Amino acid sequence: MAASFQQALTHLRSTRVWKSIFRRGPALTNRTRSVAVFGNLFLHFLPAKVREKSLRVRATYYLGSISFLLFAMLTITGILLMFYYHPATPQAYRDMKDLRFVVSNGVFLRNLHRLAAQLMVLAVFAHMFHVFYRGGYKPPHEFNWVIGVVLLLVTLFLSYTGYLLPWDQLAFWAITVGTNIISAMPVLGKYVRFQLLGGTIVGENALLRFYVLHCVVLPLVAIVFVAVHFWRVQKDGGLTVREPDGPQKD
Amino acid sequence: MTDSSKPGNAAGLPKTTEAGVSRRDFLNEITFAALGIAAGGSAIVTYGYLEPNVLFEPPTKFRAGAPDLYPVNTVTYLPEQQVYIVRTREGFYAVSAVCTHLGCITQWKPEAEQIACPCHGSKFRADGRKIEGPAPRPLPHFSIGLTPDGELQVDKLETINPNQVLRT
Repeated sequence: MAASFQQALTHLRSTRVWKSIFRRGPALTNRTRSVAVFGNLFLHFLPAKVREKSLRVRATYYLGSISFLLFAMLTITGILLMFYYHPATPQAYRDMKDLRFVVSNGVFLRNLHRLAAQLMVLAVFAHMFHVFYRGGYKPPHEFNWVIGVVLLLVTLFLSYTGYLLPWDQLAFWAITVGTNIISAMPVLGKYVRFQLLGGTIVGENALLRFYVLHCVVLPLVAIVFVAVHFWRVQKDGGLTVREPDGPQKD
Repeated sequence: MTDSSKPGNAAGLPKTTEAGVSRRDFLNEITFAALGIAAGGSAIVTYGYLEPNVLFEPPTKFRAGAPDLYPVNTVTYLPEQQVYIVRTREGFYAVSAVCTHLGCITQWKPEAEQIACPCHGSKFRADGRKIEGPAPRPLPHFSIGLTPDGELQVDKLETINPNQVLRT
């Protein structure tokens, strides 16, 4: 059984299709393994090698990865929710109700999206605290720290724009209060509020604008910054490693 | 790649002007300047595009019915317009129901004779004066008048001095 599987794999790797996709041979040596990582779009911004120390499991270790996985989960569940949601008044509220009570597994998806969103805010903050107390903002990681701060803001804006979409009382008043806070900003405040809402009240235009920001603009910004963030982790010398009892290395 | 001090092309033209600007620098500068102007222009028209010219929002000027609908010494809330019509012995005034703190809709509490905001606890008197709470300003008074056929009319775009009362 195992032998025939190996045989099939060997055969598959000798086919023209396989060779056209994976242009190198099997990754059997350190060199070919590195080449496999460098030559792959999805892997090339990950380190080809990691230090054993940085893989040591700790309570706070996976916070960044958890944030990213939650983001991926939110993207998938969000796209699925979009199939049933119209960003218009008063249809938006009815669609949200339908997702909860009529659509098969709709309540599961909606709650998954909602809870993952809340968890993501928590995870991003926890990741940030971890990096901060570890001194992960120090050279050579300063730039990546700033990217991280931008990602925190994008996460908060995603959370805020998503909050309006159910179009219930909570959403309406939260956005009313939030956009009034924005208008307290000196000089620009009133213009920013008007552009954000597409008017002077939280109405149809505001719902559509928040929808576009939530589903298109902010996720694209997040994806670009996440890519830079991961890339810089590698370029800045891998994850920050600290000796258990001693000063920070690197 | 090219040294600007060296002689020019085959035709013998110099590669720098008298002021020492090379052709490469000049072309770079006008290219980036053109791109910069185009980018700035795009930003301006995009801003204009995103700013709606027509708003489908409730009208700010409305009729509030005959004055007799409002008994003396009462505060009546008009939910559509988010305005209180207050009638005292002196006459009428219209007070905004939108809290000056963060825009929540306040409620008239007859038993306490107060206007209270459910969001952050601001309290006002019936004439809009602030009693307490985070609200920074009193509730504004809107311009109120009578139409030719004798109905009350309120204009929410025009705020007036709180001392002004529509006498009846």
